[in-house]
Amino acid sequence: MSPLTPLDTVDHAAKTPDSPQPWAELGLKEDEYARIREILDRRPTGAELAMYSVMWSEHCSYKSSKVHLRQFGEKAPENDALLVGIGENAGVVDIGQGYAVTFKVESHNHPSYIEPYQGAATGIGGIVRDILAMGARPVAVMDPLRFGAADHPDTRRVLPGVVAGIGGYGNCLGLPNIGGEVVFDDCYQGNPLVNALCVGVMKHEDIHLAKASGTGNKVILYGARTGGDGIGGVSVLASETFDAEGPAKRPAVQVGDPFQEKLLIECTLELFAEDLVTGIQDLGGAGLSCATSELASAGSGGMRVELDTVPLRDSSLSPEEILMSESQERMCAVVEPGKVERFLEICEKWDVIATVIGEVTDGDRLEIFWHGERIVDVPPRTVAHEGPVYHRPIARPRWQDALVADDPAALARPANGEELREQVLRLVSSPNQASKTWITDQYDRYVLGNTVLSQPEDSGMIRVDEETNLGVAVATDGNGRYAKLDPYAGAQLALAEAYRNVAATGARPLAVTDCLNFGSAEDPGVMWQFSEACRGLADGCQQLGTPVTGGNVSLYNQTGDTAIHPTPVVGVLGVIDDVTRRTPMAFREEGQLLYLLGDTAGEFGGSAWAQVIHDHLGGVPPEVDLERERLLADILINASRDGMVDAAHDLSDGGLIQAVVESCLRGGRGARLVVPEGLDAFTLLFSESAGRAVVAVPRSEEVRFNDMCGARGLPATRVGVVDGDAIEVQGAFTLPLAEVRAAHERTLPELFG
Amino acid sequence: MTARIGVVTFPGSLDDRDAARAVRLAGAEPVALWHRDTDLREVDAVILPGGFSYGDYLRCGAIARFSPVMGSVIERARAGLPVLGICNGFQVLCEAHLLPGALTRNDHLHFICRDQRLRVENADTAWTRAYTAGQEITIPLKNGEGGYVADERTLDELEGEGRVVFRYLEANPNGSRRDIAGITNAAGNVVGLMPHPEHAVEDLTGSGTDGLGFFTSAIENLVGTA
Repeated sequence: MSPLTPLDTVDHAAKTPDSPQPWAELGLKEDEYARIREILDRRPTGAELAMYSVMWSEHCSYKSSKVHLRQFGEKAPENDALLVGIGENAGVVDIGQGYAVTFKVESHNHPSYIEPYQGAATGIGGIVRDILAMGARPVAVMDPLRFGAADHPDTRRVLPGVVAGIGGYGNCLGLPNIGGEVVFDDCYQGNPLVNALCVGVMKHEDIHLAKASGTGNKVILYGARTGGDGIGGVSVLASETFDAEGPAKRPAVQVGDPFQEKLLIECTLELFAEDLVTGIQDLGGAGLSCATSELASAGSGGMRVELDTVPLRDSSLSPEEILMSESQERMCAVVEPGKVERFLEICEKWDVIATVIGEVTDGDRLEIFWHGERIVDVPPRTVAHEGPVYHRPIARPRWQDALVADDPAALARPANGEELREQVLRLVSSPNQASKTWITDQYDRYVLGNTVLSQPEDSGMIRVDEETNLGVAVATDGNGRYAKLDPYAGAQLALAEAYRNVAATGARPLAVTDCLNFGSAEDPGVMWQFSEACRGLADGCQQLGTPVTGGNVSLYNQTGDTAIHPTPVVGVLGVIDDVTRRTPMAFREEGQLLYLLGDTAGEFGGSAWAQVIHDHLGGVPPEVDLERERLLADILINASRDGMVDAAHDLSDGGLIQAVVESCLRGGRGARLVVPEGLDAFTLLFSESAGRAVVAVPRSEEVRFNDMCGARGLPATRVGVVDGDAIEVQGAFTLPLAEVRAAHERTLPELFG
Repeated sequence: MTARIGVVTFPGSLDDRDAARAVRLAGAEPVALWHRDTDLREVDAVILPGGFSYGDYLRCGAIARFSPVMGSVIERARAGLPVLGICNGFQVLCEAHLLPGALTRNDHLHFICRDQRLRVENADTAWTRAYTAGQEITIPLKNGEGGYVADERTLDELEGEGRVVFRYLEANPNGSRRDIAGITNAAGNVVGLMPHPEHAVEDLTGSGTDGLGFFTSAIENLVGTA
C-alpha cells in the first residue's frame, strides 16, 4: 500500500466514523450498509466492507430467493438415501455398496455473456471444486445451455465461445461430458444461460464438510496464486441487471487454468486419502471472503488470518482486492497442526502452492490481519449466513391471462400427408430439435473409461464400480416456454422430464438438483414466476419422493425491462444396480415392436410444433400427472432390468415424431408407424403430452411386456415396428432415413461450423 | 510370468488410469510410473498416456519431453523397449525425437471427439501384432491438436519403410498429412498414434473392443522374446 493512503484498520475505522465509503459502488443498498454499521457498532473497514458486499450479494446470500427456497427443506420427502442435504457445497446421496454420490448444477450465466470462453470454462471449474470439496472424485460433467436466436449474429459470438470454453476446460481437466441441453430462444439473446453440473463419487466415510473446528488447527490456502481477476465478480456481475449503455464488465470475469485444477483435484484426493483434512471449502464466488467466513461460521470457534501471507500473482493488490478476488483453482483447508507437514509435502508432489494463512481460534470472531494490523474483526455468521433476507413484492403479470388465452387450438394444422411430411422435416431440422453433435463432439465423453451413456441418450450414465457394475444416471431438463405459460407446472414438467429420462435408461431416480434461472428480483412479475416455480418444484419433489439436495439461483437474467423466460433447470440423479442392463435409445433390431406408453391428448401449448411452424407461444402447457410419471418410471425400470425392451426414448419437446426420428437415426433403422384408433396423425406425431415414452419391444417379449403394463394400469399402445430405411406414417407419408438424417444433422454445422 | 507394462503419469495426464485398465483387461500388470522418477521399475513396456501434460504449455508434449522419466524412456526405447504413445503421448514421442514429425492444431480448429475408422497398415510393430495388415478397426479419437505433419521427404520415407502404422478412413478428422493416424520408428518398438485404443477395450464404455489388440500385442511380444 502506498504510504499516502493509511491502512483502514479496525482501530482507524472506529476513530473515523464519518469517513465516506463506496458501499453503493460495491452493490450494497443503503439499508444494508446501515445494518453492517449496526452489527459492528462502528463503520466497517474497507476490507470488511468488501467482504460484506460480496457475501451479501444476491449470488452469495440468496437474499431474494431464500424465503422461497425454504420449502425444498420443509417439503422434502422422507428419503433414507440422503446423507447430506441442502446447505453444504453439494448434497450427497447414498447409492448402496458403501458408495455415495454428490452432484450439483450451478449457473455461470452473466460472465458467459461478457466473455463466453472464460465464463463457461470457469463455470465448469467452480462446480467441479464444489464437488471435490465434499470429498468426492469428480467423474462427469453436463452442460445445460440456452442461447438467443440461432441465426442472430451475437449467438455466433456467444455459442462457439461457450462451447470452446466448456471443451477447453473440461477436456483438459479429464472429465467426461455426458450430456446436457442446448436450447435457442429469442428471450436469451442478451442473457444466455450457461449452467454446469458435476457428479462426484466417494465412499461414505470420505464425506467432508466445510467447517473450521478445533482451536489451533491451521488454515491452509492451496492452489493457484491470487490475482486481480474476477474482483467483485459476484456483486457486480451476477447481481445486477445488464445495462445496455454501461461500460464493458470484462475485468470482473475470472480466467481459468484447467491444468492447475487437474493438479488440485489429484492433490486434494490424495490429501483426503491420507486423512489430512478436518474441514475444506473451495474458493469460488467471493473468493477468500466466502471461504474464510463460511468455514468459520460453520465451525465451533473463530478464525485468525494473516492476509499478507496469501501468495499473489500481482504484488500490488490491496487487502480488499485480495479478499474479493475470484481467482480460480484455489481451495482452503483446515488441518490439524500435526498433519500440516505431510499436507504440504503432498501439495509439493503435485506442484501445488500451499500456504498456512491462519488458524482456528477459541473466540467467535473472524479476524484478518495485514502485516500485523487488524483490518477485519467480524462475527463470521453475520457475513456468511445471516445476510439480509427480502420478501420481494410478488404480482402475477398482467399479460399472463392474455398469454394463457392465446390457445394454440386456433393454429392452422397440416391439411394432408404432404404438409405433415413437410412439417416433420421442418421440426427435426429446427435449431432446437436438430442434432447437437456439432457441439457435443467438441467434448471428451470417453475419458476415465466409465461412460456407459452420453449425449444424445436420455441420460448420461457412469459406471461407479467396475466389479459390481453399479452406476448412476443423470439428466437435466428445463423448458422455459412451458414455465412462461405456467411457472408452477413448468417447474414440475422440467422435473418430470428429467425423472423420466433417468428412468428411460433403466436407472431409479433418487434425488434432485436445480438451477433456477430467472429475471430481476426487483420485478414483482418475475418474483411471482419464481415463487410459483419453487412451489411447483417442491411439491413435485415431495410427490415423486426425490428430495432437492442443492442447487443454485440465478436472478437478474434480464436486459432492461426484458426478462428471460422463467427457466428452472432440473437435474435428476438415479442409480442402476447393473449398468450392463441399461436401456439405450437406438432402434437397432428390425422387426421389434414400437409401443407408446402413456396417454396422448391434443396438447400443443408451448410445444415445439407451435414454435417452429407458427412462432407461437400461448395457451397452457401439457398437464402434469406425477403419479403417472412414477408408474411409467417403474415400468421402464422393470422392463430394463428384466430385458423386456431393447430401446426406450422419453417423449418431450417435439413429441413422438421427434423421439422416433432420434431413435431411428441413432440405430440406423427405419420405422413404420400406424395411427392408433382414436387419434389423428397430427396429434400422434406432435402432441407433447407428458408422462410418455416410446419403447422397442422384441417380439418374444411382447406378451410379457403387455401383461406387465396391463397389470399396473399403464396404457401401452402399439404404434409401429422397426423396419426398413425410411420413417413411414401409414396413410400419410414416407421419409427416407437419409433425407431425415441430412435435415437433422446439417443445421448446427451450417449455422456455426 | 505376467508382463509388466508401465503407464507414466505426468502432471496433466488424463487417460493414465484408462491405459492401466486396458493393460489389466489384456492380462498384463499395469505399473504406475511417476514423471519425477527416473526408475522404470523393471517394466517390459511403457505407455505414455493421453492428456495435457504440464498443461500443454509452450507446445503439446514440449515440457514432458524433458521430465526425468523421459530420460530413462528415451534411453530404453533406443535399446528396444516397446513404447506406445497415445495422443498426448504421441506428441511427447515426437518432441522427444523418438518419432519424426509433429502434431499441429486440427485444421478445422475445433477439439473433436468421435469413433474413428482406421486401417492398420503395419501389423509387424510391437503394438500391432495382434492385427492383420489392412484390417479396419474403430477407435475413439479425441484431440484438439492431432494434425500430423512432416516434410515431404520424411513422409516418403515413412511410407517407403512401411512405418505408417494407421491411416484414417472416411473423413480425415484433423488435416493429418496423407491421412496418417499413427507411425512407428525404424525398429518397430516405438509406436505413436492420436486415437485412443485404451477407450476401445470394453463394449460397455467405448466404441467396442478393437483397441485390445494393442495391449495383447505387447504381451505376446514379451512372451515371445522371454
